[in-house]
Amino acid sequence: MKPFDFARPETIEDAVAMLDARPAGHANGSALLAGGTDLLTLMKADLSAPDRLIDIKRLAELDNRIEEDEEGLTIGALVTLAQLEEDPRVTALYPALAEASSLAATPQLRHMATIGGNLLQRPRCWYFRNPHVHCWLKGGDECQARQGENQRHAIFDISPCVAVHPSDPATALLALDATVRLRGAAGERELPIADFFAPPTAERCTETIIRGDELIVAVRLPAAQGWRSTYLKAMDRKVWAFALVGVAAALRVDEGRVIDARLALGGVAPIPWRAEAAERLLAGSDISAEVISHAAEAALDGAQPLAKNAYKILLAKALVRRALMALSG
Amino acid sequence: MEPSRHLPVTLSVNGSQYPILIEPRRTLLDALRHDLGLTGAKKVCDMGDCGACTVIVDGKAMYACLLLAVDCDDREITTIEGLATGNELDPVQEAFIRADAFQCGFCTSGQIMSLRALLDANPEPDDDQILRAVTGNLCRCGAYPNILKAGRLAADLQAQAASNGQ
Repeated sequence: MKPFDFARPETIEDAVAMLDARPAGHANGSALLAGGTDLLTLMKADLSAPDRLIDIKRLAELDNRIEEDEEGLTIGALVTLAQLEEDPRVTALYPALAEASSLAATPQLRHMATIGGNLLQRPRCWYFRNPHVHCWLKGGDECQARQGENQRHAIFDISPCVAVHPSDPATALLALDATVRLRGAAGERELPIADFFAPPTAERCTETIIRGDELIVAVRLPAAQGWRSTYLKAMDRKVWAFALVGVAAALRVDEGRVIDARLALGGVAPIPWRAEAAERLLAGSDISAEVISHAAEAALDGAQPLAKNAYKILLAKALVRRALMALSG
Repeated sequence: MEPSRHLPVTLSVNGSQYPILIEPRRTLLDALRHDLGLTGAKKVCDMGDCGACTVIVDGKAMYACLLLAVDCDDREITTIEGLATGNELDPVQEAFIRADAFQCGFCTSGQIMSLRALLDANPEPDDDQILRAVTGNLCRCGAYPNILKAGRLAADLQAQAASNGQ
């Protein structure tokens, strides 16, 4: 790790003033430290070398609490994955998020990792993480994964980068219609998580639209009245692995009829992937094995596997079917 | 940019206070091992991928390699060195010996700290909870079956000690 200064501002305003407006994810400048479970691995590999770390864990205004009101749930940015896994309101009303959190990483990491940092974590692509490879996402000319070892990579081709987003909770939050509240030099804004994530472009080599002078303040979930949800994750071992494919499904069902459906896939694209065609097919339908099967096909419509990851299509369809079956049972 | 300064930090480890002067980039793991001479937490992957550096921070098992020492200056840290009382081993340590729960021993201090944190929070865990508590600790010798046995035995030994103490 390169040397850096350590700052502990007292207010969000002071913290934001220490940041600058360059796109988040640039190598130098100031970086925010919360759980540190992703940032420290990036810094140890010299993929990130900030001049200054800004400790935001002790900011009185930044919350590590989960609060419920009639509009839903507000999850402070500093809430850990361990809290999300165990909180009785999350397990009862938003099971997809509790399940996704409990299937992520390890007990030690879940005690440390915050939801804010989890949404901002960088990809685990082995070319990106290798300090000796100058990949496209790090400003290089090409994405080595496209013609290389791409077993773990994207099957929806939406960016020059084919790394997949590594977060399990992000996939669940997309299916749960979460919003992300940001605070920056220009004030506060709140946007749907579907708009918060965006595939990397040449101008912005990151996976979110957060500005360099902003931080996540909270994640908000709408009221879950009538909704059921679940998260399923395929890994190459039983625990402690990033998702090969993750599926989050949320359904509102009334007497066998689907009123509303939301379906999100992880491990298939550089951002959590919303399967809107499948959602449209499910909405208004009488739930049946046939409908579920059609929805699984629709969810993977348009997928373009790379040389070594076509298996993800079958895997994702099977997980979609399994998740929808579980919710309709 | 000025060169990085050393910062004064007081680490509270195993009930003792250790005032030290360190660079912000020093991890808790390096501070424990090099500044405090507590080498029970092992430095193996140093990337949060193995669990050998597991310590208990404010009651929760965490990886010392992914914490900055400056970030721990008002937190209660317990390492493997803090478990035994004199010559009397902690029930989890005793259980690892009796259940033959290690071969090379390199992951053992981390495994023990994870199970110590589990038993602090849940004195009567079932097998799933024991296994889940050590999912973040890799054992390359494959001692997992006996680590599970050690977890069960540790809970029993701790319950016995508690009832004897009453």
